[in-house]
Amino acid sequence: LTLAGRSIRAGEAKAPADGLFGLFFECKTMDIKKINDWTWEIPRQGEMRVPAVLYTSRALLDALKRDKTLDQARNVACLPGIKRGAYVMPDAHQGYGFPIGGVAAFDMEEGIISPGGVGYDINCGVRLLKTDFMRPDIQGRERELLQGITREVPAGVGKGGAVRLSRHVLMEVCTKGAQWVVEQGCGLAEDLLHTEENGRMSSADPGCLSQRAVERGIPQLGTLGAGNHFLEIQELETIFDPEAAGVFGLREKGQILVMIHCGSRGLGHQVASDSIRAMENKYGLKGLPDRELIHAPIRSAIGRQYYKAMASAVNFAFANRQMIAHGVRRVFEKVMGSAGGMIQIYDVCHNVAKVERHEVSGRTREFCVHRKGATRSFGPGRPELPASYRQVGQPVIIPGSMGTASYVLVGTDKAEALSFGSTAHGAGRQMSRKEALRRFSGEQVKQDMRSRGIHLAANSMKGVAEEASGAYKDVDEVVRISHQAGLGRLVARLKPVAVMKG
Amino acid sequence: MMGKPPAPFRFLDHTADAKFQAFGSSLEEAFVQAAQALLSLMWNRDEVRPLKRVPVRIEGRDEPQLLLGFLEEILFLLDARSFLVGGVEEIRIDSANTRGRVLTAFFTGEKYRDDHEIHGEVKAVTYNDMVIERGEDGSYMIQVVVDI
Repeated sequence: LTLAGRSIRAGEAKAPADGLFGLFFECKTMDIKKINDWTWEIPRQGEMRVPAVLYTSRALLDALKRDKTLDQARNVACLPGIKRGAYVMPDAHQGYGFPIGGVAAFDMEEGIISPGGVGYDINCGVRLLKTDFMRPDIQGRERELLQGITREVPAGVGKGGAVRLSRHVLMEVCTKGAQWVVEQGCGLAEDLLHTEENGRMSSADPGCLSQRAVERGIPQLGTLGAGNHFLEIQELETIFDPEAAGVFGLREKGQILVMIHCGSRGLGHQVASDSIRAMENKYGLKGLPDRELIHAPIRSAIGRQYYKAMASAVNFAFANRQMIAHGVRRVFEKVMGSAGGMIQIYDVCHNVAKVERHEVSGRTREFCVHRKGATRSFGPGRPELPASYRQVGQPVIIPGSMGTASYVLVGTDKAEALSFGSTAHGAGRQMSRKEALRRFSGEQVKQDMRSRGIHLAANSMKGVAEEASGAYKDVDEVVRISHQAGLGRLVARLKPVAVMKG
Repeated sequence: MMGKPPAPFRFLDHTADAKFQAFGSSLEEAFVQAAQALLSLMWNRDEVRPLKRVPVRIEGRDEPQLLLGFLEEILFLLDARSFLVGGVEEIRIDSANTRGRVLTAFFTGEKYRDDHEIHGEVKAVTYNDMVIERGEDGSYMIQVVVDI
């Protein structure tokens, strides 16, 4: 038996890494059935309870075969209580346990909940705000806006944010989410209406957070973090669907928007790590195909505890993006004289597990839907949507990689049958950071962006090289698949004007 | 056989995150090198002065859990205490007993200052592709993927 080119001896408990199960699958001939140009299926085999369903193109499918995405999808298909399929979104790539770009729904009685199905950055997500400003209005002020935003919205790595919460206040933040921030006068009531879950998951119970998670959250509210997190001033480039665009307030080419991409910071990471450890200690590792697939029955004490702690981290992330949006408004007020009618279009989660109603085998009931690197894409009529969007479906916000286009899509009815109402969440990496550092320099990337008229502020030039757009999949292809497969319909394309990289 | 490693740690290609291998003549030494590899993703450890020693005690049901807890402690100290770890001292890993294993050590380092450059953030240490392997000569190779 070999792993990573090294031999493993029997006996001592060595890290199972991808586990026997994953290796078992690798040994078998890959059996992938084409359903249509945008949908492929790995039929049930072995321990799989459902098929794995891949929304991808032939070109991107080849990329999926090169890493462990497909093995991970098949492992997910083996989990207890999974319904209909283990879904793989168009931007998927290899993750931990579950693939990134993975969606799975579990029966509430027989099913499981898994921290690996949500990810470490709980409620990593995206918020999009529109303004009444047009591109010429901010011409010549981009740098000033960017400098203001850099001051107002710290990356916060090491230093923390501008405020240090008391333990008591942190608990309130984790209970109330973005609502707490708005109550402090930092935001509008509409911001909450235009946030998934109204910015607050009611199942949160911060009493389920560990002391360590609390300590990591205390200094970090209002911080962007680093890595792939960013804040962008964008301009509307193309409208594909005038009706939906009109409903979302996307008026015309040249309109200025602000996009915020970040998550629950160290608090959320700690919840994931704590829960993985607690589940390991409770249930052991026996029979697990991959250690990161550790899970607990949804109805078990430990499963419920994870859900409540996760929801607390979700709320922390909503509050975090609310604080950041408030900071951006202040900067616009100062630099432009007003926030330019800065209204929130929507705020979506990319990493979350939620109890939602869906129809399976002709019966509508509750399931625990895991979205790991995937966006909810609910169509018209869903009660979860605000009245303003209920006629057309929810806005789906898909950020591109640094310096490339981002997209707004609209959720579809069809997506509920295809993917439990889910679609892609971004471009998805296709090149390692190591390779990106070999190929690009931060200065070169910055100059290239500058030559395309994009301003960049970054804390680290190494980070800029790592996040170069050449290291990512083509986001245009990702959203095209989403559109063609019916997971989320194209509404508008946005291009960056100024980028703050955490 | 481990062969002669070219460096105490090295990075491997990984599409989405960072993957490294760390080497040591003992489990303890390999743990220390794994910590150094993790630190190198976030800051230049030569720029962190050893002004303070922070004791660390980690329990784990097995070696992977022990390693994960040990490396995660560095991320915790950064977020919760603004403490930048630069080195590891007096590391000791008890031999396995029925309850698992215990690691004790001191992290040396200092509080974050504005002139510290943090060039990367690590979200979490994962079990993905984790390998802890003892060679015939008693030396160790550790492989870790961290979420960035």
